[in-house]
Amino acid sequence: MKEKTAIQELVKGIWDENPVLVQLLGLCPTLAVTSSAENGLAMGLAATFVLLCSSFLVSMFRKMIPGQVRIAAYIVIIATFVTIADRFLAAFVPDISKSLGPFIPLIIVNCMILGRQEAFASKNGIGRSLLDAMGMGLGFTFTLLVLSSIREILGAGTWFGMRIMWESFAEWGVMSQAPGAFITLGCLIAGANWINARRKA
Amino acid sequence: MNLLVIFIGAALINNFVLQQFLGICPFVGVSKKVDSSFSMGMATTFVMVISAMVTWLIYNLILVPFELQILQYVAFILVIASLVQFVEMFIKKVSKPLYDALGIFLPLITTNCAILGLALTAVLKEYNFMETLIYGVGAGIGFTLALVIMAGIREELELVDVPKSFQGAAITMIIAGSLALAFMGFAGII
Repeated sequence: MKEKTAIQELVKGIWDENPVLVQLLGLCPTLAVTSSAENGLAMGLAATFVLLCSSFLVSMFRKMIPGQVRIAAYIVIIATFVTIADRFLAAFVPDISKSLGPFIPLIIVNCMILGRQEAFASKNGIGRSLLDAMGMGLGFTFTLLVLSSIREILGAGTWFGMRIMWESFAEWGVMSQAPGAFITLGCLIAGANWINARRKA
Repeated sequence: MNLLVIFIGAALINNFVLQQFLGICPFVGVSKKVDSSFSMGMATTFVMVISAMVTWLIYNLILVPFELQILQYVAFILVIASLVQFVEMFIKKVSKPLYDALGIFLPLITTNCAILGLALTAVLKEYNFMETLIYGVGAGIGFTLALVIMAGIREELELVDVPKSFQGAAITMIIAGSLALAFMGFAGII
């Protein structure tokens, strides 16, 4: 693989290697918390924070962690930062923390975060790992924000709690429930495939 | 009666995959063949039940008396990771054919969020030991059910002309959406 410049390292996560739409990683939180734009954004930022911090530590200790126990070591590092993020959210935005429920602790087993440690942070220097983590985190947050905006606007007629649809708009209740999440994400993935196919042609 | 409600609730009404979005990764990744998805479901159920029991014991007998609830996440994930390793060794020793059949799926169970999700929800809902056990069995069966139904549909899907952009994950998501819609129908039974 050809060396990437710093900018490319950062930008690739947002579209070309978008964790959700292209790599299909971290789907559980993507589907579960995106019933409102506020929750989607909070989840995206929390995951980005955990990803940045753990990439930093893993990349710093990459020569010291023995190969056989590396996955266990990564998980403990990730779990530590998830605990910090969880306590932080519970202290400052208790409402959001409550509605995200068990999905904040579930960032620990988010395959996107573990995947980046295994595939990138354990092989690259601190600077590059931070850029990579930042890009992936932004890509994740961006996708969550798009998905949750669509669902909140169609499902409740609001965006970040503000009413934006016209008065007589009948809410599509199903969009804020489980089926809406699956179908919207399916359409987004198909859309991303379509755009990528056109760009290559 | 209460136990029955917990069981049906975990297996059908709040189906882990289709209503609570836990364990989506194996759901998308492994649901291509009915046989392998059944083995995966059974292995996951097995680990789910054991880990639900062990994490319940650890939480209520160690973390709560010593007021160490803050370590909950770290403790749970370590328990699950080592448990999966242990189960793998155990199955290898006891039944070689079963071990070969499960193959790569076993280690992958560690990162299945349904396992950790189950342990965390059981703590959140303050279930006692027996309830946690039943909850684990129900959730595991619900997971297997969703996986097998999905695999059955995907086997048929290979004969169908799907639009190019929708091939692969996208169509899987849409089908999962329809299944979730169908499972919402169970909501009235208790």
